[in-house]
Amino acid sequence: MPARFVRVAEQDRRPIEIEIDGVRHTALEGDTLLVAVLTHAERLRQSEFSDGSRAGFCLMGACQDCWMWTADGQRIRACTATVAPGMSVLTNPPSEDIWPISA
Amino acid sequence: MADLRVVVVGAGPAGIRAAQTFVEAGLRPIVIDEGNASGGQIYRRQPAQFRRSYETLYGFEAKTAKAIHDTFDRLVGQVDYRPETLAWNIYDGAVHTMRDGVAHKIPFDALVLATGATDRLLPIKGWTLPGCYSMGAAQIALKAQACAIGRQVVFLGTGPLLYLVSYQYAKAGADVAAVLDTSALSGQIHALGLMTSRPGLLAKGLYYRAQLLARGVPVHNGVTPVEIEGTDQVEAVRFRTRSGAERRVACDAVGMGFHLRSETQLADLARCAFVFDEDLAQWRPETDSDGRASVKGIYLAGDGARVLGADAAEKSGRLAALAALQDLGLPVAVRRMDVLRREQQRMEQFRRGLARAFPWPAELARAVADDVLVCRCEAITAGELRSTATLKGAPELNRAKALSRVGMGRCQGRYCGSAAAEILADVRGERVEAVGRLRGQAPVKPLPLSAVRGAAS
Amino acid sequence: MENASADNAADVIIVGGGLMGASAAFFLRKRGRSVILLERGLIGQQASGTNFGNVRRQGRYLTQLPLAHRSREIWSRLPELIGEDCEFVPSGHLRVCFTQEQAGRLENYAHDAKAYGLELEILSANALRSRFPYVGHEAIAGSYAPLDGHANPRLTAPAFGRAARREGASVEENAEVLSIGKVGEDFHVETRDRGTFRAPTILVTSGAWAGAMSSRFGEPVPLVARGPQMGVTEPLPYRIAPVLGVSSPLDLETVYLRQVTRGNIVFGGGNRGPVDLEACRAYVDPENTLNQMPQLRRLLPGIAAVRIIRVWSGVESYLPDDLPIMGPSEKVSGLFYAFGFCGAGFQVGPAVGDVMAELIDTGRTSLPIDAYRIGRFAQQKAA
Repeated sequence: MPARFVRVAEQDRRPIEIEIDGVRHTALEGDTLLVAVLTHAERLRQSEFSDGSRAGFCLMGACQDCWMWTADGQRIRACTATVAPGMSVLTNPPSEDIWPISA
Repeated sequence: MADLRVVVVGAGPAGIRAAQTFVEAGLRPIVIDEGNASGGQIYRRQPAQFRRSYETLYGFEAKTAKAIHDTFDRLVGQVDYRPETLAWNIYDGAVHTMRDGVAHKIPFDALVLATGATDRLLPIKGWTLPGCYSMGAAQIALKAQACAIGRQVVFLGTGPLLYLVSYQYAKAGADVAAVLDTSALSGQIHALGLMTSRPGLLAKGLYYRAQLLARGVPVHNGVTPVEIEGTDQVEAVRFRTRSGAERRVACDAVGMGFHLRSETQLADLARCAFVFDEDLAQWRPETDSDGRASVKGIYLAGDGARVLGADAAEKSGRLAALAALQDLGLPVAVRRMDVLRREQQRMEQFRRGLARAFPWPAELARAVADDVLVCRCEAITAGELRSTATLKGAPELNRAKALSRVGMGRCQGRYCGSAAAEILADVRGERVEAVGRLRGQAPVKPLPLSAVRGAAS
Repeated sequence: MENASADNAADVIIVGGGLMGASAAFFLRKRGRSVILLERGLIGQQASGTNFGNVRRQGRYLTQLPLAHRSREIWSRLPELIGEDCEFVPSGHLRVCFTQEQAGRLENYAHDAKAYGLELEILSANALRSRFPYVGHEAIAGSYAPLDGHANPRLTAPAFGRAARREGASVEENAEVLSIGKVGEDFHVETRDRGTFRAPTILVTSGAWAGAMSSRFGEPVPLVARGPQMGVTEPLPYRIAPVLGVSSPLDLETVYLRQVTRGNIVFGGGNRGPVDLEACRAYVDPENTLNQMPQLRRLLPGIAAVRIIRVWSGVESYLPDDLPIMGPSEKVSGLFYAFGFCGAGFQVGPAVGDVMAELIDTGRTSLPIDAYRIGRFAQQKAA
């Protein structure tokens, strides 16, 4: 996957493993989830209304354009969430047995 | 006195100075802030793992940023600081907050709202493509995450941030493909006379511009944006120059914004009266010279009251807190209030200068093509809004929202509201203030349905 | 005022442009009566535009089912009648309960409703699980109405208003009524900025504001204004077809939700909020929103994962016996009422307009509305 964001400094932070659509990637400690994803991928999610993919917009928790699904069916705002080891996010909604039905 | 409940929402320059003023008066304010660290947007701190210097991060503003941060750090222990906390509603004399899924209700005797501003946007064909970000977003990516939003970046819009962010990107080694300002250079020069109350800001703006030109970055004034091209992501920006020639700049990212708009939802939910600001062509909560809102016990400070920038925000934060103390019957230095008031009044002239130098391009919003998405959240086009207004009838903005869904999405109209008002006014052949403003509806930001009530605070 | 009086006269003046008034205007025009509809704000701004959007028959008073059936029939004909479907989807309506006692009530209701022509399926806990696996496990039984559903209240009353206008009704928005007086055979209706209107017949459909009007005609009613506490989530994959609601004797537990085809989940229920009749505003008490959350999670545990993006309210009006007022004035000839729908007016709205038009046009109704006489409160007082 080509990346969207380009790191210009501060690259000697501790690496953290996360999963994007089931594939492992390395983020850096202190990254927001949005940055962790967009330094590996071109988009965060699909618009709910079939008008294409989205990759966030305001980065300050105001526009709400970067809400992602986690693999276990939770919702997470990528621009204000800090990455943590083992985080697993999806760029498409999960299947029916994850939402609305979860164990 | 100790049991007076004073609350500050926002820990940017205005909120921090308000909190400091309350502490100096012997009170222990509750400071509610969405950020995970104090500083607000302009003096946003980088995460703990980052090592860049204040000079690298804040440039000319390094000293001020450090002073603000240090001030708040010294207040720890004297304020009830609640970071990562959303103030999602104000109702019946209490602020309702949500932190990590736990709800609290905080009754107040005085409340200072220092909620800051967000980018003011207008839709341009392609602005929902991945790679297109708000100007503020471009700056946050760089400042708080040491990232550029792309490899080749076009900055588009108008306002002081346009030049500052472009310069910061160029300085950080990013490839700035072009700076496209919808405002004419002549307007900026004419406005100089009004902006003499803050000559520093002018000088900095000119410096950034010169630096960009020296680095070979094309800077165009008086442009008309045409389209952000791309199929799955940003590939180029097309625009017309001042003389009408169409140009295309290849890029993989766009930072765009048309100056700022106040974050006024909480004031609205608190039922404060609003007035239309002719200079900025936007509604803002009504305040007196000290920041008192129309609702007793509520005070407004900083860019959330009126967009005047960070220096003015510090002063208005102090002034609003002093006004609150005065109304609570506590002794305040009246002379100090007079000085602050005079400084604020000087800022008014500066604000008019800014509005003239970087005018809101209402005509661009009114001319948005029918196939362009106005409402990013609900994916509603300008054409849908126009046909709703003509076929179904919408004499004001809330009706247009109810019938078309413009402004009904997650962002609560923050990013479409300005343009939607212009489009509706245009359809009706009216001035923009005649179609009113989108009423604020709780929650200010999305609220988790998993939430539980916290123990009484 | 300066307007020619011919434009200001009609067979019927309707005061109040909610769903009841707008649909009555439409059906009166269909019967060839000239109509002026006066609305103080915009059509459908209050209860009609802000309610949950339930197109629900089950759970209504049995005697109200004939009215609800007539309305249901209109709902499915909206495109041919008024030119748009108002997002009506007959996607089913499921009520669930948490106690055996309430399960018994659901069962009895289903049995009795059958006689009124409403077929309901009673579902055991197991049947609930297999048919609607997203429903919370606390639910021990359910009652499913396959032909009920939901629609968009923001669109419906305005659509009736436009249809009435196309049919020739004079629909006057921003026309606040200041007084209604009877001069000879005619009512004179004075508005704030729009002059005076005349008609021999008046229909009052002004919801929470109707009580003040009926009082002036010597027919006071114990009408209470309250606001429903509504909310909506972010858009989600469309996976919940039926309207879901809790059946409970406790207001607090009685929440309901529906997923619109665009994906958002609209919800409401629980306690109601305060109203400011002067300002024409109703408010959502944040405490009510917080109270709804655990109840919504009991009904649909999966909702815990998602977020509320907006809440709202609107001015509804309630009567102590939970029944509306529909019918002629018992004091003044030519005066009719249809108001006080107790938070349950949306589904029946189209039929209320139809029936009131029939009553005004023919002097009779083809279904019984005697239970809704305004005089019932006068009798109570006397007793």
